[in-house]
Amino acid sequence: MAYEKRFDERGFDELRPIEAKVGVVKNASGSALFKIGKTVAIAAVYGPRELHPKFLQNPQTGILRINYNMMPFSGHGERVRPGGSRRSKEINMVIQNALLPVINLKEYPNAVVDVYVELPQTDAGTRCAAIVAAAMALADAGVMMKDLVSAVAVGKVEDKIVVDLIYEEDSYEHGSDVPIAILPNSGKVSLLQMDGDITPEDLQLMIAKAKIACQKIYDVQKAALKERFKKTQGD
Amino acid sequence: MKTEQTSIVEDKTIAVPGEVIAQGMGFIPSTGTYRENENIHAARLGVVSVDGKVIKLIPLSGTYLPKLNDRIIGKIIDVLMTGWRIELRGPYSAVMPLKEATSSFVPRNADLTQYFALGDWVVGKIVNVTSQKLIDVSMKAPGLHKLKGGQVIEVNAQKVPRIIGKEGSMISLIREATGCNMIVGQNGLVWLDGEPQAQLHAVEAIRKIEDEAHLPGLTERITAFLQGKSE
Repeated sequence: MAYEKRFDERGFDELRPIEAKVGVVKNASGSALFKIGKTVAIAAVYGPRELHPKFLQNPQTGILRINYNMMPFSGHGERVRPGGSRRSKEINMVIQNALLPVINLKEYPNAVVDVYVELPQTDAGTRCAAIVAAAMALADAGVMMKDLVSAVAVGKVEDKIVVDLIYEEDSYEHGSDVPIAILPNSGKVSLLQMDGDITPEDLQLMIAKAKIACQKIYDVQKAALKERFKKTQGD
Repeated sequence: MKTEQTSIVEDKTIAVPGEVIAQGMGFIPSTGTYRENENIHAARLGVVSVDGKVIKLIPLSGTYLPKLNDRIIGKIIDVLMTGWRIELRGPYSAVMPLKEATSSFVPRNADLTQYFALGDWVVGKIVNVTSQKLIDVSMKAPGLHKLKGGQVIEVNAQKVPRIIGKEGSMISLIREATGCNMIVGQNGLVWLDGEPQAQLHAVEAIRKIEDEAHLPGLTERITAFLQGKSE
């Protein structure tokens, strides 16, 4: 059976509508909102600040601490139990690994940069949306960064490779979910995971498609960051 | 003949981390930027500043990073055996050893709170920063003293140069227009004292500078703003 038309009738390489805004959490050092289709991620960055508990302190560099959370009402009606889980612990780790390559915290030994990402509404691609929002929030907070990070969830449904999965595609039986994060200026990959079965050729193609999709997301991230500081005189 | 391709973004454009702001080997990457092959990239979010061949990035946000000789405003948060601990607002606190606090003789077992008590605000100078960000502060220089009265406000530490202005021009502007006493700490704390209305106007002016620091013509706008307030 072939996947002729996507469930939401998008093109196979087409992203859902995306929206980004920087500076949405006033108390935070930096913050950003990223919306892709129905998936909404809000990231707030606090720090660099003193790190407690002390045993986590690293005298050679500041550390990045990620706290990803899907809100209890965020899913499709099933109750998402609040609090951490094995899954959210893993996602914290992969988001941290996706962002660390661009961040330089050597000037802040023993300190921490805390990144909280909350998702009030989810429709697949959550860890990718979290990474996109977190990258903008870190830049907003003035953290030294070599590059931003963009991310998108690519997948395979039946015989077609699709870009930017929705929940139905993500949970499709015999489908595949491949979240990918890219550093836009160098094209390097900082997150690559896979659920399901694909061929090596599929993977190469998915990475290539992800790079194209991530450029579009990067443009939106750039615009949102610059928009933060645009102000007409006399306002 | 091979011609070298050079290009550079306009001075005062906003750049995001990783964005290419100049191409060509003739440019020199300075603070907030880095070079990768032909290109110079922004190393954080900020405003590009071009000075001849030198390209710098002026940050718009970020925590205060303590530097030697910085004048800072801090609060005494702990009394130690031989000194005091001062909060600087940021991930690191500072220590002021006894001999840096006062030239007068301090007898053994003296009650150190007689000199500086918990909650006192002070203006000091950073005299040492180690690689592990242990900070020493001194108050033994002209202009450094305990602060009495007035209020202390938090400002964006990256906007401090703008608030002070070239050779203190901006802060003098506010002082003259409002009649307030003001001291600006590099760590993003400002102390001011004066008539209540005047203090209000001074704080409003400072907030305006923070919001519009990256836009041109700031001095004129602040002058006009303060004139408007004094009418």
